[in-house]
Amino acid sequence: MHFRHILSALGRHRIAVGLLVLEIAFSCAVVCNALFLIGDRLERMQRPSGVDEAHVVELFIGSVTPGSADAVMAQTRTDLAALQAIPGVASASVINQTLFGNSLSSSGVSLSDAAKAPSIPVTQYMGDARLAGTLGLKLAAGQWFKPDEFVTREQLISGSPGLPVIITKAVAEHLFPGQPAVGKTIYAFGANRVVGVLDRLVQPRDSGPAAYYGYAMMFPVNLPYTEGAYVIRVKDASQREAVIQGALRALKASGPMRLITPKYAFTLESQRDKYYRNDRAMAWLLVGVCLLLLVVTAVGIVGLTSFWVAQRRRQIGIRRAIGATRGDILRYFQAENFLIATLGIVLGMVLTYGINLLLMRHYELGRLPGYYLPLGALVLWVLGQLAVLGPALRAAAVPPVVATRSV
Amino acid sequence: MFGYYLDLALRSLKRNKVLTALMVLAIALGIGTSMTTLTVMHVLSGDPIPGKSAQLFRVRMNVYPDDSFRQGDKVPDNLTRRDAEALLLAGQADRQAAMSAGAMVVVSAKGEPLRVATRYTGADFFPMFDAPMRYGAAWRREDDAGRARVAVISDALNEQLFGGADSVGQTLRVGDQSLRIVGVLGDWSMNPRFYDLSNGQFGDSEQVFVPLSTALDLKLSTSGSTSCWGNAPDPRAADAPCIWLQYWAELGTPAKAAAYRQYLQNYIALQQQGGRFTHDGQAGLLDVMQWLDAKGVVPADVRLQTWLALGFLGICLLNTVGLLLAKFLRRSGEIGVRRALGASRRAIFVQCLVEAGVVGIAGGAFGLALAALGLVLVRHQPTDYGAYVHMDLRMLLATFVLALASSLLAGLLPAWRAMHVAPAVALKSN
Repeated sequence: MHFRHILSALGRHRIAVGLLVLEIAFSCAVVCNALFLIGDRLERMQRPSGVDEAHVVELFIGSVTPGSADAVMAQTRTDLAALQAIPGVASASVINQTLFGNSLSSSGVSLSDAAKAPSIPVTQYMGDARLAGTLGLKLAAGQWFKPDEFVTREQLISGSPGLPVIITKAVAEHLFPGQPAVGKTIYAFGANRVVGVLDRLVQPRDSGPAAYYGYAMMFPVNLPYTEGAYVIRVKDASQREAVIQGALRALKASGPMRLITPKYAFTLESQRDKYYRNDRAMAWLLVGVCLLLLVVTAVGIVGLTSFWVAQRRRQIGIRRAIGATRGDILRYFQAENFLIATLGIVLGMVLTYGINLLLMRHYELGRLPGYYLPLGALVLWVLGQLAVLGPALRAAAVPPVVATRSV
Repeated sequence: MFGYYLDLALRSLKRNKVLTALMVLAIALGIGTSMTTLTVMHVLSGDPIPGKSAQLFRVRMNVYPDDSFRQGDKVPDNLTRRDAEALLLAGQADRQAAMSAGAMVVVSAKGEPLRVATRYTGADFFPMFDAPMRYGAAWRREDDAGRARVAVISDALNEQLFGGADSVGQTLRVGDQSLRIVGVLGDWSMNPRFYDLSNGQFGDSEQVFVPLSTALDLKLSTSGSTSCWGNAPDPRAADAPCIWLQYWAELGTPAKAAAYRQYLQNYIALQQQGGRFTHDGQAGLLDVMQWLDAKGVVPADVRLQTWLALGFLGICLLNTVGLLLAKFLRRSGEIGVRRALGASRRAIFVQCLVEAGVVGIAGGAFGLALAALGLVLVRHQPTDYGAYVHMDLRMLLATFVLALASSLLAGLLPAWRAMHVAPAVALKSN
């Protein structure tokens, strides 16, 4: 290709070419960073929780007339038995806080009971002997709690000595890097002995830096239903709605007047959807802006190239008259666009990194991985070629006879 | 003269409809997206209580014991019950209220249980936050001291429980207790809900208001953030080492605010003398707008969207500059003729800008429609602020100002180039 000719021709339109290069550069920078942001959101939304979400539903029950602690505990046992008996239910438990729920309780965990010992915030899940099975949690090491290890909430808070705890692998790796955690002691509610390590379990909602998301621990506590929620594992995911209806009926059938309504009964999946709704909205918005941006850039390319074609009708006619084929003319404009796009992309790469640096400073965002750059470049090259095709074909259609007409 | 330029501009725009449409479209897209996000920003960063926002102060201090205190820690938002009660007792502000959010289950007339959001606070709350009463009146300060079994309910709850009738004097059954309704609120909501940002920053106000002292007495359930140090079997106990109460003070003049700051310093000094801690206590006041800013009420996502939209507008403008340049220079011949017939450079320049302005106004009108569409989309997003986003007259005017300003800006360079077309060359090349 005669790049030298193209360059000298472009040199006559320095301002217009400069504008086009700038537009492509900014588009490239915004599109690269937007793609990165979209990827970041998608990754966030797909973080596993460690819980078998497809098979879990949850119900929040409000008490209207508070009874004695013993009466509430007795009611909880009655409820659990009723829930277990519903067809399609694999197991039912009480849990103190639910995944993607509003409440989050956490404690500072350290390796010593000295007041100033460095600690990390770890969220605590409490529940009965069936809880691990209900949630579908998986042990990476050690074992589950033994049936005689379950205590009341009061006993846990008062720090009754030697209560066992199960921690997640993330906590274990932080506290005991490179060593087995089972058998060690951590300080959360007094001194707690680690009996098991969970593969994964996360905070109910993001709190603190991203690294803390996987910091969770479990305590063997029999809770009354007023201290948390009922979680139910269904045998078959398609039965979730039926099980919720059955559970509401079963709970209404016994006990004092309580607040039992479908408004506070959810599948865990719907809770996840709700939790990530802002991220999903943001991802779609970014997709929308990227597409609009590409449309606008294409419009710019079409507009300016059409102008050049109209301006050079006579030159094109002359070239055709002295032997250039239609293909030559077509390729000329394609090459010209490729050249402009390349200039824009090179400048765009620099801008991309600049914007990324700004985002890193003001938003919690990592460094843009290198592969977004060729991706953005490819998008803009393809876009440029598509946009230039129309005007270039029109240029190629200019008949040689134009050369002989003079105004 | 302007009329003539306008006529020329319209003729020229009509001559190349596709190019004109592309320019209008580019400006409209840029204006539409930026006005959508700017409107969201405008609503989110608005003053929820205009006229009073400089007189209401959030009171904060840090009373952590020395071994839990690290220099450079953020000032906690809430107070311990001990400190809140001490400040209330001293009563150094024009008005003051300690408060917490909560939830309770009340039983409707039909015997159905209903979960309602509650606020436990003091008598000063209602005049402080300009809460109007539809029926009855707020409880009095004596009721706070006497732990009176009284409540103020919202208009919406009154509708639900009593069909909208005057319910003053009726009782509200809460568990095995009952509260006497003394007042029904009129239409009142603060968005953002600056007085308590911990339970949803946007939304309706609470449905039941109960004196804090009464709520503590009846052990009504509270919600919101609670941080404790040391062992706290009951975080709500009078001397529990837990921070959980929000504290607001109304201070009518800057002099009063300064005096109150001094009072807080003295209070901290007393605590230090009492041996609670030795650090400086970080006591301070934030007015409503400072408080909203400190709590980051405008979500980071919305800020990012605004920058994105402005960047988009910038690219659309670059695009318009290019297209206008093409358009004006294509008419070099015509410009040459006009110059040869005696038009000054300034006349050419102004005429080109008029043409750019016409494109801008058209783009603004179309962009306004796009922004309206964008705001419908925002309202349909399940965000908690979505429902409160709407365009007001100021944003409407701002749309056209932005559209006109940006198109004129985009027109500057092309008009400059057009003005410098050499008449002789342009005429000859034709």
